[in-house]
Amino acid sequence: MRFIFKTQYNQDITLAKHGGHVFWYSLLALFLIAAPWVVAEYWLAQLTFVLIYAVVGLGLMLLAGFTGLFSMGHAAFLGVGAYTEAVMVNAGVPFPLALICAGLFSAIAGVVVGLPALRVKGIYLGMATLSFGFIVEEGIARWEHMTGGNAGLSVNPPAMLGWTLDSTEEFYFLCLVVAVGATLAILNLLRSSTGRAFVAIRDSEISAQSMGIHLARYKTLSFALSAALAGIGGALYAHKIQFLSPDQFNIIQSIDLLLMVVIGGLGSVHGAFLGAIFLIVMPQLIAMGKDFLPAAIGGATGLQGTVYGIVLIAFVLFEPLGLYGRWLKVRTWFQLFPFYRRGMFKRQKSFQKSDRLK
Amino acid sequence: MQLLQLLISGIAQGCIYGLIALGFVLIYKATETVSFAQGDLMMVGAFAGLGAMTWLGFPFWVSVPAAIVAMGVFGVLLERLVIRPILGQPAFSIVMLTIGVGYVLRGLITMIPDVGTDTHTMPVPYAGQVLQMGSLVVAAEQLVVIAFTTVLCLGLFAMFKYSKLGIAMQASSQNQLAAYYMGIPVQSLNGLVWGLAAGVAAVAGLLLAPITFVHANMGFIGLKAFPAAVVGGFGSLPGAIVGGLVIGIVESLSGFYLPEGFKDIAPYIVVLLMLVLKPNGLFGEKLRKKV
Repeated sequence: MRFIFKTQYNQDITLAKHGGHVFWYSLLALFLIAAPWVVAEYWLAQLTFVLIYAVVGLGLMLLAGFTGLFSMGHAAFLGVGAYTEAVMVNAGVPFPLALICAGLFSAIAGVVVGLPALRVKGIYLGMATLSFGFIVEEGIARWEHMTGGNAGLSVNPPAMLGWTLDSTEEFYFLCLVVAVGATLAILNLLRSSTGRAFVAIRDSEISAQSMGIHLARYKTLSFALSAALAGIGGALYAHKIQFLSPDQFNIIQSIDLLLMVVIGGLGSVHGAFLGAIFLIVMPQLIAMGKDFLPAAIGGATGLQGTVYGIVLIAFVLFEPLGLYGRWLKVRTWFQLFPFYRRGMFKRQKSFQKSDRLK
Repeated sequence: MQLLQLLISGIAQGCIYGLIALGFVLIYKATETVSFAQGDLMMVGAFAGLGAMTWLGFPFWVSVPAAIVAMGVFGVLLERLVIRPILGQPAFSIVMLTIGVGYVLRGLITMIPDVGTDTHTMPVPYAGQVLQMGSLVVAAEQLVVIAFTTVLCLGLFAMFKYSKLGIAMQASSQNQLAAYYMGIPVQSLNGLVWGLAAGVAAVAGLLLAPITFVHANMGFIGLKAFPAAVVGGFGSLPGAIVGGLVIGIVESLSGFYLPEGFKDIAPYIVVLLMLVLKPNGLFGEKLRKKV
């Protein structure tokens, strides 16, 4: 067990709490910087996907994990960002500008969705965002002269002032910079009063309101920031996938994004990254596992969906804190050895709480 | 006349939405959880009916009740095995759980060799028949949907109004704790409610099967039943049917009078308007929390 001896008030808000943090995160940073030289090209592409999904996941984590608002149409923001980026880059706009616009347009869309969110709660909010997702998907499919409709839209590589990022390595570094920037931004946001207001809203709206938190403003802000991150992630996604079609941003994608934050661990920044790793690595693992299964099961098309479903059910039933929660338990077990008790992370059940009366 | 034609097809489609929405509402009222697996339960119900008819060789009149009862039992088991251990956790966990159940059901059906990936026609006795009234042409499938939904709704209404079981369910949906103190076995009732919802979903699947064919992705229609439940007010059983009819009719009319593409999103536009104007739905109860 590590006891941090605090000698300065600033220690309460520093990002790295102790030497262990500094050591391990520096090691991670070194690995990520060295990755293009030590990792095979295929896995580098997968790592890029992980970073892109992590950016989107950070956005959804801010909304779902820290503000307690669940969006079932987050793929729509991804789509808005992706198409904004694609259209602008294809028109010759330098890509940093396009990236900012992608985030901005998504944020505006987020505010539009956030407005009904001020009146509705719980499952109704899910419905509102779900509906918004469907409407955006259909809108993308129908606005043909801008988006190419169902025929799709191919995306040029990111370019700026005659400099084009067309190799895997260059694009990887772009994603790395954006992901690190987004993570630092979220971490900073969470230790500011805005971030604490989000968490207060998540824990109890009524108490937050009585502490003087303007619910409408903070909920809309949360939606806007979350959508902006999703839009930036979408812009990178557009470059990575190089070909956009409306069905990439459908309800399945939205549910995948939710699955990512739930399995990663709601309410933790690490969770967004762990969830993204899960989302990218899982199909590979299934593909590898296929060889060991009988052909009738291994070759079936529904295998992936079934495994996803079972993993999701298992996490919700047995590990509601997600992958990050599991890591916390393992770490605590080692730190407290041999004094770890089974009930340490047990959640309180709340049978009295009624959603209808909120 | 054309309007009437559109209305009838809208009502028939709306009945399906209404039946699925009925499942949502039953579960929501009883356990305060929203089941995203309802559409997939419907799909499994349709496959169960199809299986009983084609592979087991049962006649139509045996396989339909058999499929409904089988799905009811499946619903009870599902509640017991997956839902009950997690009751009392935040509502969102249960939403994710039912999404997972939906994934598993769809995946398992797809994994059945030579069956899951194909589209099947349900051999019903009334397939392809039409009823002609003047210039109005009504397919028998649509009439059966409307008639069966009406009968089912009357039956459910009678059950909730007059039977001891129905009144106990009402009591437990109003206040679980109070119902428990009155000696109502709330836990087993919740199981029965899931069974009932799964049975209703199976009915919807069997009614829909002759119209759209049976395939593993037919459960996605459940996503259009959500707007139905919201429009009707999530906690109201008649509201679910009325909401379903509203959504069905809007969809059918917008498919004809509005430009292409509006048919698919009309239900969602309606639900967004509804949430902005009247978040509690048409029949929703208005409740305030006391601090």
